[in-house]
Amino acid sequence: MAHSVSFDMRDLTLESPVDEGVVHDSFSRLIEEQSQSLDKDDNGLEMQVLSEEDVSEEDLLEEDRDNVPYLVGSTWDRLEQERGPEHTDPLTGEQWSNATLKVLSSMPSRTIGRSRGAILSQYYSRTLQLRRRRQSRPSLRDYPHSSRPSIRGYGVEIDATDLGREECKKDKLVNNLQNLSVSDRTRVLKGMPLSLAEKSELRKLATSYKGAQMPYRGQIPCCSRLKYYIIIALRHTWYSWLSFLLSLQLWQVALKRVSGRFGTGVLSYFVFLRTLLLFNVFLVLITGFFLVIPQAVHPSRRTGPAVAFTGLELLTGGGYFTDSVMYYGYYANSTLNGSCQPTRNNSRDSNRTDCSPKDPGDAGGGFHLSYNMPLAYFFTIGMAFFITCIILVYSMSKSFGQSFRVDKPQGSLALKVFCSWDFKVMKKSSVKLQSENISTQLKELLSELSSPHERKSVLQRLARVSVHLLAWTMCVGSTAAVSFAVHYFSEYMHNDLKKRADLTTQSPLEKEASLLALPVVVSGINLLLPGFFNTVAWMEEYDSLSMHTHVAIFRNLMLKVSVLAVLCYHWLGRIASNPPGLNLECWENFVGQELYRFLLMDFIFTILDTFFGEFLWKLFSQKALKRKRKPVFDIARNVLELIYGQTLAWLGVLFAPLLPVVQVLKLLLLFYMKKASLMLNCQAPRKPWRASQMTTLFISLLCFPSFVGAAVCVTYTMWSIKPSGHCGPFQNLTTMFQSGKRWVQELADNHPKMAWLAWMHTYLVENPLFLFVAAGIFLVVIYFHTQVVDGQRKIICLLQEQIESEGEDKKFLIRRLQAIHEQRRPRPVQRPTPLGSERLDENV
Amino acid sequence: MGNKQTVFTAQQLDAYQDSNPQPMAVPWSRLFHRYRDLAPQLVPLDYTSKPDVKLPYELIGSMPELKDNPFRQRIAEVFSEDGEGNMTLDDFLDMFSVLSEMAPRDLKAYYAFKIYDFNNDDYICKADLEKTLNKLTRSELTAEEVRMVCEKVMDEADLDNDGRLSLEDFQHMIIRAPDFLRCSMHHIHLTSGTSYHCKRLCAASPGQMWAS
Repeated sequence: MAHSVSFDMRDLTLESPVDEGVVHDSFSRLIEEQSQSLDKDDNGLEMQVLSEEDVSEEDLLEEDRDNVPYLVGSTWDRLEQERGPEHTDPLTGEQWSNATLKVLSSMPSRTIGRSRGAILSQYYSRTLQLRRRRQSRPSLRDYPHSSRPSIRGYGVEIDATDLGREECKKDKLVNNLQNLSVSDRTRVLKGMPLSLAEKSELRKLATSYKGAQMPYRGQIPCCSRLKYYIIIALRHTWYSWLSFLLSLQLWQVALKRVSGRFGTGVLSYFVFLRTLLLFNVFLVLITGFFLVIPQAVHPSRRTGPAVAFTGLELLTGGGYFTDSVMYYGYYANSTLNGSCQPTRNNSRDSNRTDCSPKDPGDAGGGFHLSYNMPLAYFFTIGMAFFITCIILVYSMSKSFGQSFRVDKPQGSLALKVFCSWDFKVMKKSSVKLQSENISTQLKELLSELSSPHERKSVLQRLARVSVHLLAWTMCVGSTAAVSFAVHYFSEYMHNDLKKRADLTTQSPLEKEASLLALPVVVSGINLLLPGFFNTVAWMEEYDSLSMHTHVAIFRNLMLKVSVLAVLCYHWLGRIASNPPGLNLECWENFVGQELYRFLLMDFIFTILDTFFGEFLWKLFSQKALKRKRKPVFDIARNVLELIYGQTLAWLGVLFAPLLPVVQVLKLLLLFYMKKASLMLNCQAPRKPWRASQMTTLFISLLCFPSFVGAAVCVTYTMWSIKPSGHCGPFQNLTTMFQSGKRWVQELADNHPKMAWLAWMHTYLVENPLFLFVAAGIFLVVIYFHTQVVDGQRKIICLLQEQIESEGEDKKFLIRRLQAIHEQRRPRPVQRPTPLGSERLDENV
Repeated sequence: MGNKQTVFTAQQLDAYQDSNPQPMAVPWSRLFHRYRDLAPQLVPLDYTSKPDVKLPYELIGSMPELKDNPFRQRIAEVFSEDGEGNMTLDDFLDMFSVLSEMAPRDLKAYYAFKIYDFNNDDYICKADLEKTLNKLTRSELTAEEVRMVCEKVMDEADLDNDGRLSLEDFQHMIIRAPDFLRCSMHHIHLTSGTSYHCKRLCAASPGQMWAS
């Protein structure tokens, strides 16, 4: 009987999309015939089609007759009791006879998941496939063979109720499992929807057949039992160690609490924060080990007077900190030796360091550790950026792969119904809120669906477009105005600083304090303008909420990018190009300090915002306005603030190697502060939040404007800006980049064998052609990839069509099956019972 | 380690460990204590003789993870052997291992399907959908709206047009849901998670995370 059901499926089942065309044609033929037959309702024609399908009517009946008793199984019995002898099939709303129903119920697709036997055979075929695949095409191992398991199951004989055959199937499955590798076997077993006990039984069977490797406990000698115990004990120690490590994970409990109350949207903010923290910890480690510690061990002494610590330094980053490992200027441009005596590449007295005890013999010895500081500085920063870039691109591609599928995202309603429940939410009020959200979302979707294109009058649409235009003009205008304001203000402050530099009479304290003006203004703008954008967006009334969020993110991003661009021009264009104008001995230090101030001010303003914007606003709205709603945690804005801060930190690594430390501290504090404020003041956002796609967006924003921008600025600084001549590791070089070049040349001169390195350096690093070629290859690869994805989309469309027609076929076949039964046996209800009991008697 | 050995035989331990989809992330001895804490008077400390103990649904459903979950009863029913929500230790471990983050997606989809299939007929039919909707929205939609949503869902997800969703339809739909795929899928952690961190974030042992 299973033959009769599975034969046609086998024809319809695709093995690979390659023979797509053939199958497709056969389908269209089938559909044609079917529609004809349906039109005419001609029995003769139907018979003809059947014979084309290689099934004679007799066969079918024969099969059916044979198998009827077998179908009297437990599941079927249960169903039968529930439904009674005559059933209305939801398929077509028709009444089926019992015999038809029995055939239907044993169709592979219907037995899947119903009984153990079906699961066993399904997995039998799966393991078989796995084995075949292993033998022939191992590269396909990650093909999601499990995504649509039941199609593969069609090829297997399924008879869910026959106990003997189930045993047989089990044996086959066990046999297959044995032939798989251990890891595959475990994987298959883990994926089986059976209960633990059954799984462990299967596993025991699969392993025990191998005898020698995993014997039963009773049969093994003492020493190997001991070995067995040791292995188990070791494994358990390993597992408990791993779970211990997992429990050490940062903020696990806190994150759990946040997600339990606010759902995954807010959670994504905190997880993003943690990612940034990890990036910064990585930066701290790399700069700490390769720059700060070597330099701190060999402190360089400056001639200038020691500056007293006043406290204002914490805000300005200047004064006491200026001459410390914190900033670029402190690092020596010499080779640090293990003997603690820097040898000079050049003779600059101002920089000479005296380290005691002096031991020239040691310095010249064969085993001394020499540490070329400029080179270390250059490569550390370079490597830090390079590795960060790789991590970012990797996580971005992973995130993209997870959140964007090949096939088109349709069917939002079904997904909403089945996948929208956030099972992380555990708090009662949040659960309630969530179900409210889901129902409003469903209502919104419904209203969209019921009136997809509400025809608006030309006037209305015009009004709408003009509102959008107005909003965009306002946003772009305000961004431009703010950028110009920052530009002119920074110019003003620059000139002011120049004047102050000439006037030596002023107290240094006041001078330092005046430096804070620019960061305060910029941070204030960053805080206030998003509020303005929100007001404008409120006026606009976007159709979809995701559109709303994306527009908000884009506007905020536009603001931050333009402000940062102006600032970068200010630092790299104005200050770095003309350091003597400001009477600066070391412009890198100054820029580093500026970045420190910006980072700190950003943090302070975030604190203020959290306090006033969230805490006081909540008090105000609850006490004064008597509103029940608490403020909503604005994920988009908060994330963009994080990205802004991170850009500053990346920009500053070159000028202030310890800036990541500040950023780490800032992020740590921010986490606890935001968490506390969230718990105290906020409620879960009412907007639907596609956390996964947003995370993808966030990480791409972090990668594209933020990291790339910072990297471009740093590279520009290294390549083409002249470093200051009196401080830092790169003094008296024309560019920082030259330190690498010089080192390579020296190496090539000293060791002729290393000449290839110099050659490589000249042709690969300095020559832009190489970069162009690499980028070109990259683009070509991307192009091919998009083409492949495009092709896959097309195939998916075709396959979907096929599935639909397959469903039609199924309906058609079932209907005819019913017709045949009615023809042959006018009263089919009576037949199964006596036959079934006979068979059962025989079996007994 | 010591107390584990007294509770279970080494083989039991090994078997559990291997059939667990995420052996390292669910220290199931902790889960055992979790299970036992629900009813210390019922569950013996010594499991070497495989005692036949079942915890009634009332106790299982009162766990903080399930307490406010609209689908708690279905979850318990699907995972319990007797289909009524009364759980043996094996059922309990089963439930946690499937609901944990690292369980294979198929396994989760399979059980999710079973959970939504209220009348156990291996299809999600309109009645099942209505029940799901009412549970999701706490019956806040009108009958008309429910009907429309059901229709649309069938339209979207029912590939072979047989008027109800089979496991295949369901799996196919879920493949298109990135949120469902990731840490998410079902239960307890059906988040729409946080892509690149999922593993780190979610892999944590449920016993501990949930206890918080």
